[in-house]
Amino acid sequence: MATQRKAVALISGGLDSLLAAKVMLEQGVHVEGINFYTGFCVEGHTHAIRKKDKAKPKRNNALWSAEKLGIKLHIIDIIEEYKDVLINPKHGYGANMNPCLDCKIFMVGKAKEWAEENGFDFIITGEVIGQRPMSQRRETMPVISEESGADDRLLRPLCAQNLPETLPEREGWVNRDELYDFSGRTRKPQMALAQKFGFDDYAQPAGGCCFLTDKAYSVKLTDLWASRGKRDYEIDDIMLLKVGRHIRPKPHFKLIIAREEGENNFLQGYKKQFVTLRTMSHKGPLTLLDGKASDEDLRLASQIVARFSQGRDAEAVDVEVTEKGVSQSYTVTPLKPDEIEPSWRV
Amino acid sequence: MIELDARRLMCPMPVIKTQDRIKTMAPGEHLRVTCTDPGVMQDIPAWCRINGHTVLTAEEIDHEYSLIIEVGG
Repeated sequence: MATQRKAVALISGGLDSLLAAKVMLEQGVHVEGINFYTGFCVEGHTHAIRKKDKAKPKRNNALWSAEKLGIKLHIIDIIEEYKDVLINPKHGYGANMNPCLDCKIFMVGKAKEWAEENGFDFIITGEVIGQRPMSQRRETMPVISEESGADDRLLRPLCAQNLPETLPEREGWVNRDELYDFSGRTRKPQMALAQKFGFDDYAQPAGGCCFLTDKAYSVKLTDLWASRGKRDYEIDDIMLLKVGRHIRPKPHFKLIIAREEGENNFLQGYKKQFVTLRTMSHKGPLTLLDGKASDEDLRLASQIVARFSQGRDAEAVDVEVTEKGVSQSYTVTPLKPDEIEPSWRV
Repeated sequence: MIELDARRLMCPMPVIKTQDRIKTMAPGEHLRVTCTDPGVMQDIPAWCRINGHTVLTAEEIDHEYSLIIEVGG
């Protein structure tokens, strides 16, 4: 009796990785999933933070995919190691701050290490030639295989027939004739295959799963690095870039103003680490001040915060500024809309 | 009962912490995870189902979420 071969599948939570894993299961391969958490994943965070999303079910799509497939899923925290991928991408960035090619190489490389440690024979991904402009092109497929170190132990079941044979195909661990030849940006073949397998309610493919592909987020990250004079970050930095209205009236400080109750609650957790501003005479959002601010700066910050409170049209608004448990009050006139310069909005 | 404090962590970090803690435990042992992200009420049970562990209780008290898990074999 032939040995059952074992494949580790990169599971993002999207349709392609779901299908690639299913194709392997259909061929009798033992599949377990691996999912990497970079800190920039769209899943979870904003759903949990923003109140307006609370009516929607909060589903982690990678877990959902694994459950649909009936496979184990290993979620790996790569926040620290990922910094070097983002800060020094050998292959550069995509349209925004997304180092997609370096990211894929890194993740496949990590999956290869995991496979070796856990006695797995090969790695599969849901990549499709031409599906993504940066990382999923005909020229980049061999780059990922080689630079990750996975070489011919990396199999892409959805487009394998368009690529040279890999080890699992040559050795007969999988049947190449039952793999696929998908290519290009169309989603129709994937949707048809999903229907064949009986998958519905899968995560919609548009938009990707990473904040780094988002223009507004990338602008905020670039601003953070410019203001600090260095390209570095901690997990709290990247979390806070997902939350609130960011306004930088001076190069040396920025305000993060909650937009609704969910964000207000989330920012509460950072009160000990930041200077906070809160309107006292009128209802208003909790605001964090990131950076160093003089007394004059705090007065300007108070005027901005007052602008976003229910006292925006009042002549005077009382604002409490708290740093390390010590509070002081400012009574200010809220800035008018045209006094908040467009260039301040990050 | 082994305790795991995953307060202030956003999903999937509480799931990852749970996964890593359970790796060190024996079948039949119990783990209580305490979290503040409501997403855990969906994600931790899903992770337990696919990995063969059982959620014995899951409750919300004062905006905190507490789950007791029995480690599977």
